[in-house]
Amino acid sequence: MASLTQVLDADLDAIEVGSGILGTGGGGNPYIGKLRCREELRKGRRIDVIPLAELDDDALVVSLGGIGAPVVGVEKIEQGEECLRALRALEQELGHKIDATISSEIGGANSMEPMLTAAQAGIPVVDGDGMGRAFPEMQMCTWSIYGHQSFPSAMADEKGNIVIFRQTASEVWLERLARSCVVTMGAAAGIALAPMRGSFIKQFAIPDTLTQAWSLGKAVFEAQAENRDPIAAILEHEDGRLLMTAKIVDLKRHLKGGFAVGEVKLEGFGNFAGETGLIDLQNEFLVFRRNGEMEICVPDLIVVLDSDTGLPITTEVLRYGQRVAILALPCHDLLRSEQALEVIGPAAFGYPDLTYSPLPRTSEREAAQ
Amino acid sequence: MYRIGIDVGGTNTDAVIMDGEKLILGVKSPTTQDVTSGIVASLTQVLADSEIATDQIGAVMIGTTHFTNAVVERRRLSKTAAVRLCLPAAECLPPMVDWPDDIRETVGGHYWMAKGGNEFDGREISALDEDELKGIAEAIGKQSIDTIAICSVFSPVNDEMERKARDILAARLPDANFTLSSEIGRLGILERENAAIMNASLRALSAETVEAFGKALESAGLSCPCFITQNDGTLMSAEFVRAYPVLTFASGPTNSMRGASFLTGEENAVVVDVGGTSTDVGSIIKGFPRQASTSVDIGGVRTNFRMPDVFSFALGGGTIIKPEEDQPIGPQSVGYRIHTEGLVFGGKTLTATDVAVGLGMADIGDREPAGSLGKTLLSKMYAIMDEMIVNGVERVRVSPDKIPVLAVGGGSILMQDQVGELPVIKPENFAVANAVGAAIGQISGEVDRIFSLDKTSRDEALETAREEATQKAIAAGAKPDSIEVLDQEDVPLAYLPGNATRIHLKVVGDLDG
Repeated sequence: MASLTQVLDADLDAIEVGSGILGTGGGGNPYIGKLRCREELRKGRRIDVIPLAELDDDALVVSLGGIGAPVVGVEKIEQGEECLRALRALEQELGHKIDATISSEIGGANSMEPMLTAAQAGIPVVDGDGMGRAFPEMQMCTWSIYGHQSFPSAMADEKGNIVIFRQTASEVWLERLARSCVVTMGAAAGIALAPMRGSFIKQFAIPDTLTQAWSLGKAVFEAQAENRDPIAAILEHEDGRLLMTAKIVDLKRHLKGGFAVGEVKLEGFGNFAGETGLIDLQNEFLVFRRNGEMEICVPDLIVVLDSDTGLPITTEVLRYGQRVAILALPCHDLLRSEQALEVIGPAAFGYPDLTYSPLPRTSEREAAQ
Repeated sequence: MYRIGIDVGGTNTDAVIMDGEKLILGVKSPTTQDVTSGIVASLTQVLADSEIATDQIGAVMIGTTHFTNAVVERRRLSKTAAVRLCLPAAECLPPMVDWPDDIRETVGGHYWMAKGGNEFDGREISALDEDELKGIAEAIGKQSIDTIAICSVFSPVNDEMERKARDILAARLPDANFTLSSEIGRLGILERENAAIMNASLRALSAETVEAFGKALESAGLSCPCFITQNDGTLMSAEFVRAYPVLTFASGPTNSMRGASFLTGEENAVVVDVGGTSTDVGSIIKGFPRQASTSVDIGGVRTNFRMPDVFSFALGGGTIIKPEEDQPIGPQSVGYRIHTEGLVFGGKTLTATDVAVGLGMADIGDREPAGSLGKTLLSKMYAIMDEMIVNGVERVRVSPDKIPVLAVGGGSILMQDQVGELPVIKPENFAVANAVGAAIGQISGEVDRIFSLDKTSRDEALETAREEATQKAIAAGAKPDSIEVLDQEDVPLAYLPGNATRIHLKVVGDLDG
């Protein structure tokens, strides 16, 4: 797979689709972020991508993105340089220049802001992220799991306010303080988290995920253009498994503690006729059960696609009668350690009785035979 | 009093005359270049055929795709100035940023961003700056633009800044017409602003069209009020359409689905409209189309109108069948040439209609040429077509209940009396379902905004929304005692402190008089 070294206008649609698929039903809509990246390119700025391997060990890398309520983000669009101001504030606070940006979450909307901020700052964006997918909270990314403490961090709004969180008692406290601050700022702001060293990022970021989102989106477009099955293309690209082709026969959704929670009942068709499926969701798709038995759960990716177009379906547009393909994609090993599973395994989402059993990759399946 | 419903389509202008709930008769005549003479022709014919005096007609309802077509074809759009009140927010994505180049050029691509706008909770992002707006008025005047769209951040929550800005600009541009985004759209600034700009650019055409409709009624000897249907199937006065032409978008499929529901008396159903080239499938709930939850492109421009959720696929009466190919059904169609090219009409092309006739499902033209292909082959082809229809119906079906399927459109002979497990009903007069849908239009009022629940309960907020929507419906001409809630939805806002909820509520009532 060729690496993405520079993002051009023509690449943005593919990244949008790829990050939508990796969003596993959540992560927010990357549409506005895509338009903003395009505007940066039209101004003549460049989005350069740096692979993990090329980072200096002592380089300073900042994870940044928008923070606030998604419904506000589509109405009060950012002024445009919130994250850049937050990044500059961090540089000033630390007395060091930041060398690159990185996304904490490749799945969904947060894939875009680090690219456009990098373009504005004249630095590269790292080809990697902190989840390889989407999760509902900031501390669910690999750097928080593997011990990075996000202070000092900086937050900026469109009006010229900048807040530095010089010290926070824990990652959860930062999330709490940042949330109440962003409400006062009008529920949309940019946040830049404390920089990490290149050596740490090389060890703990999920590698190559910008390239992955881009080439995944391209695989879908190419399959569509050649009238091939886009779902087969996604499975091949991601080394995934088709869990079921099914029709949604029941759907329950409600809001609990700020999160969209619910379940989707499925009835198999085609090769899966006669089977039933059930997906639990909490912003993202969490657990898949076949005929009542748990088969796949977090942190592996459960992806729901339109069975004809291969385009991802997010939890808010699910509805009765949709014909869908359910895919399982293996998550990165960094998400499978005991340490990681405490934060993003089934128990962390309220399923203490479920045991995570990693979805084998092709190489692992072959080795087992 | 009687009502007349008119559907101005691309090919035909249909008219029906109704006595309350009863359809008296319907007529079809060709749509004309000038639109007016086609309407006059159908009006005259429907009045003559029914022998009803013009003074017995209480109202005329018109459904038209005129404005949608103008946008799609980039015709007759005026140069427009877009003014957004937002700074310092939203500077990074200027108005019309995601429009196709050709339509942006057609409307001139002129925009100004100024201080103003509100937060989600009603606070100001920044105060309105009168001097700044005076400067913008001068710049617009220099460009000789007299059509202006104003969009302010969170104007669906608070429209005061849009109105103030209009007053400031209007004082300096007395001949300009204004479209305020809060009057036509809902949350989602880019989509709402797009709709406001499109609306503004259609104002000249709408003034002309509404006048033409008036003249058509006059020529037919009618002096009753004239209404035009909007995208949700409810009515607007002709005067209202003059100011808000954009609200007529997508009224075509809505009228067809509502007409099918009315003609069969089925309020909850799936409607399958089979044309010559393609099939549209949609769901009817309580007599109104189910609406799409995603954004809708009109001529390449993204909007967030509430449009009917319609699934279309390439199967119609004229669809070409090639039995020897892997995918033998379409997508090409002989279209209107079926009357010369189809086998049953003595032509040489095997079409979907020929398959149906060959199998004895319909009796049109000469059965022999298609019948001679043999039952095995025809049944095999029909099975694929049937699967396409079943798949389409399953896609839009909203519940496991055994609701009926309503088949309308000239190609509905392709449908048997069962789609999967669901029974099929084919109404009489299915060919004029659109005009019937226009004639039965009701009046609506709608509210869609964020309510803070800090000082009020959820029930009180819903009551406030219901009252606001009811007042809007009465102002638009609804009979107060007939008003009921059609649609109500409240969504607590994720990631905001627990006290904000977005309420969307719509009421409908019968036309007064």
